[in-house]
Amino acid sequence: MELYLVLKVLWWLLLGVLLMGLAIMVGMDMGVGTLLRYVGRTDTERRVALNTIGPHWEGNQVWFVLGGGAIFAAFPLIYATAFSGLYIVMLLLLWTMMVRPLGFEYRSKLPSLKWRGFWDWVLFVSGCVPMIIYGAGMGNMLLGVPFHFDWDLTSHYTGSFISLLNPFAVLCGLLSLSLSLYMGGVMLTGRTEGVIQQRAQKAASIAVTVALVLFIIGGIWVSQMQGYVLVKSPLPGIAQSPMQQTVSLVAGAWFDNYHAYPVLWLLPVLGCLGMVLGWLAIRAGRSTLAWWLGALAWIGVIATAGVSLFPFMMTSSTDPSQSLTVWNSISSARTLLWATGFTAVFVPLIVAYTSWAFHVMRGKVSAEHVDGNSHSY
Amino acid sequence: MINNTVVELSRLQFASTALYHFLFVPLTLGMSFMLAAMETVYVITGRKIYREMTHFWGKLFLINFALGVATGLTMEFEFGTNWSFYSSFVGDIFGAPLAIEGLMAFFLEATFIGLMVFGWERLSKGKHLLVTYMVAIGSNLSALWILVANGFMQDPQGATFNPVTLRMELSSFGALIFNPDAQTKFVHTSIAGYVTAAVFVTGISAFYMVRGRHMELAKRSFRMASLFGVLATAGVITLGDALGFIGGHAQPSKLAAMEAMWKTDAAPAPFNVAAWPVQSEQRNAWSIQIPYVLTPLITHTMDTTVPGVDDIEADAVKRIKNGIPAVTALKVLSSDPTNAQALAQFRDHQQDLGYGFLVKRYAPDQDVARASEDDIARASKDSIPDVFAMFWSFRLMVACGLLMLAYFVMAVLLSLRGDVDRQRWFIRLAPWMIPVPFIACEMGWVTAEVGRQPWTVFGMLPTWMSASSHSVGYMVFSLIGFVSLYTIFIVIEMFLMVKFIRQGPDDEHPAPSGASPKKRPAVLGGGVAAGAMMSNQDH
Repeated sequence: MELYLVLKVLWWLLLGVLLMGLAIMVGMDMGVGTLLRYVGRTDTERRVALNTIGPHWEGNQVWFVLGGGAIFAAFPLIYATAFSGLYIVMLLLLWTMMVRPLGFEYRSKLPSLKWRGFWDWVLFVSGCVPMIIYGAGMGNMLLGVPFHFDWDLTSHYTGSFISLLNPFAVLCGLLSLSLSLYMGGVMLTGRTEGVIQQRAQKAASIAVTVALVLFIIGGIWVSQMQGYVLVKSPLPGIAQSPMQQTVSLVAGAWFDNYHAYPVLWLLPVLGCLGMVLGWLAIRAGRSTLAWWLGALAWIGVIATAGVSLFPFMMTSSTDPSQSLTVWNSISSARTLLWATGFTAVFVPLIVAYTSWAFHVMRGKVSAEHVDGNSHSY
Repeated sequence: MINNTVVELSRLQFASTALYHFLFVPLTLGMSFMLAAMETVYVITGRKIYREMTHFWGKLFLINFALGVATGLTMEFEFGTNWSFYSSFVGDIFGAPLAIEGLMAFFLEATFIGLMVFGWERLSKGKHLLVTYMVAIGSNLSALWILVANGFMQDPQGATFNPVTLRMELSSFGALIFNPDAQTKFVHTSIAGYVTAAVFVTGISAFYMVRGRHMELAKRSFRMASLFGVLATAGVITLGDALGFIGGHAQPSKLAAMEAMWKTDAAPAPFNVAAWPVQSEQRNAWSIQIPYVLTPLITHTMDTTVPGVDDIEADAVKRIKNGIPAVTALKVLSSDPTNAQALAQFRDHQQDLGYGFLVKRYAPDQDVARASEDDIARASKDSIPDVFAMFWSFRLMVACGLLMLAYFVMAVLLSLRGDVDRQRWFIRLAPWMIPVPFIACEMGWVTAEVGRQPWTVFGMLPTWMSASSHSVGYMVFSLIGFVSLYTIFIVIEMFLMVKFIRQGPDDEHPAPSGASPKKRPAVLGGGVAAGAMMSNQDH
């Protein structure tokens, strides 16, 4: 069953790519939403800022929707356990995400400043809350979540809502927020002019500095943390359930993969480098370069966390032996094969037409443009 | 272990959020193609009025679309948050169409809708038309994939249970997507969307005609939509009949409930036009029947027996007894997946595993091995959905369908004669037709999904087992949250809708076509999205 093993690792990687795509693309829009009230002081300024992502936020948001669908299809047990276990957090994420489309579509439909001010707050909340939850969710995967299964894999979550917002998770949440603020700021720097651009540039350079500090503190924290070690389990390449393994807790074990394969140290280095160079690039006003460096930082940060956990994906603090791994929570070989086929056909198409859409809408958004256009937000 | 109140609250929450989402979906499905049709006429004839029509109806389309997107997010999450056992049990099969929906449909729809709205000045006529078609195709493809997923719940084709991973796994992708229930329901549902859009457009056009406003736009829109509507309504009824035929074979309990058939009658059986079903007594308090009609209506023959509730329950008892050994074997296999004896026992009984699960909730300590005859009898009663709800939701849907057929036949005749604006009674009536297709769609959902009970996956997984094990407090919290948010949403949406309808197309000042934006630098790089997006922004 070697094919199955290859598919398992492939889909772990693809899930990583999806989480990176989501963080980069949706995170950028979230960053713009969060910064909206700061970079835009007048209504026109805010409309200019909003319209930089106006034509694209909808397409970008699909990364988020696809994230849900892909986890469901490829890792059904993680979709089921994480989404139900983190119930209140998921609801907060969902509710704040849900008001975002309305913020975009409805904000500028009426001239009233009160109406628009209200939607600006909506866009602020729906920008920063999901990004904090996104990071906090990842942090909890490293710490362990209090869940366990019955014999038939009915899952039970025994923690409270507050326990999910522990200090380490909050740190991860803030890291995710600051990276998204950086990307949003960079996007605004590239697509606007004058005062909006200056404010965005300033915000981006502060945000990336904060992100770097948080990332380093997080790394030190994880090195002291109890990591999970797979003691006994069926072979990775065969079908299995989380009822068939033994796991133990060892302090510092989250660094095991790095000790075993020192080349992996390049991933956190990549993350740090992306942030340091990104800071330089945005200070120099080179927004395209800064955008790509920010994307690199996201890739480094998410890969660092993923590699630390591997092969674990969602760890259980109440019964570590029931932790979910790449090997025991993934779909069947047939489903993965079909999903791989569809991905191979459609992802290149998506990249092609998304590029075309950005190409059509390229260039600066200005006040005259927003005021003179009946379609803009 | 699972609290019954939590299961009922989870069902209530799913039904409310799905029905609410389904208020916006049909209009999106239909309007997207109607907009494409209007724009096609504009591109071919070059007549400004069709551009104006596309703009105006497009604006209403977008107000509706935003809520469709927002409430659709809930659905993507809700399987995991509230139906976690369901998700892990069938995610191997059910998740795939959802992921494909994202890849194939959502990206298409969402990326091109941005261009549809913002691209008028930047794209040639032909390219913009292409963009509009992509939005229409994207939204309709998403209906296809979600109904493939739903088809699996109604008639689980292409899956087998794997006792090692303790879940259903895909055995044939072809059987999953070419499931007749899914295919028929896709056509039935998407055409229902076209009907909805047609009623919406004719209704609002008639509203303008009554007031003598925007006459040209209103008359042209009315004619186009009524032609669209009469064809679509005829299609929806034909496909509905096919669905009854297919569903009748796969889900006899749904059919028996829909027709309030408590006893199996000798063929050809009578048809209940109206009845007052009483579930606790398993009879109709009263009914109005037409003899001999049911059998040909459902089976398209005169001599096939249609099983009633009594036969279905008796069959359920047999299947529950056969399913119990499958569940007990599975418990052994959970920690010892190679136990040969348990495996053999499981193989012998696995076709009734779902029925074994059905009795679990009534068995002492949920241990099915200890289930008594009484427990089994109670569980067999569960195998019939709510007959009253089924009987009347189905009839209400059909009545709405027939009413709309009559409406569109009339509308087409009048508008082809060219004097629909002078038939005051008709154009006064038309705006009042707008709620009808929405009621029909909602009732269609109720018929399909209440009729699936007591299963989430028909015959395989009972609904009560599928829910997440939350506390009642959590469920009350989330239900209150959804109801409050959704109430606010609908108030805002209706307010904007009514405002823009009253305002009419007059305030449209389409920028002169071909006007270039202020600054349009050449593109440097960018094969991939972000490259194109950020290129030439350095300074």
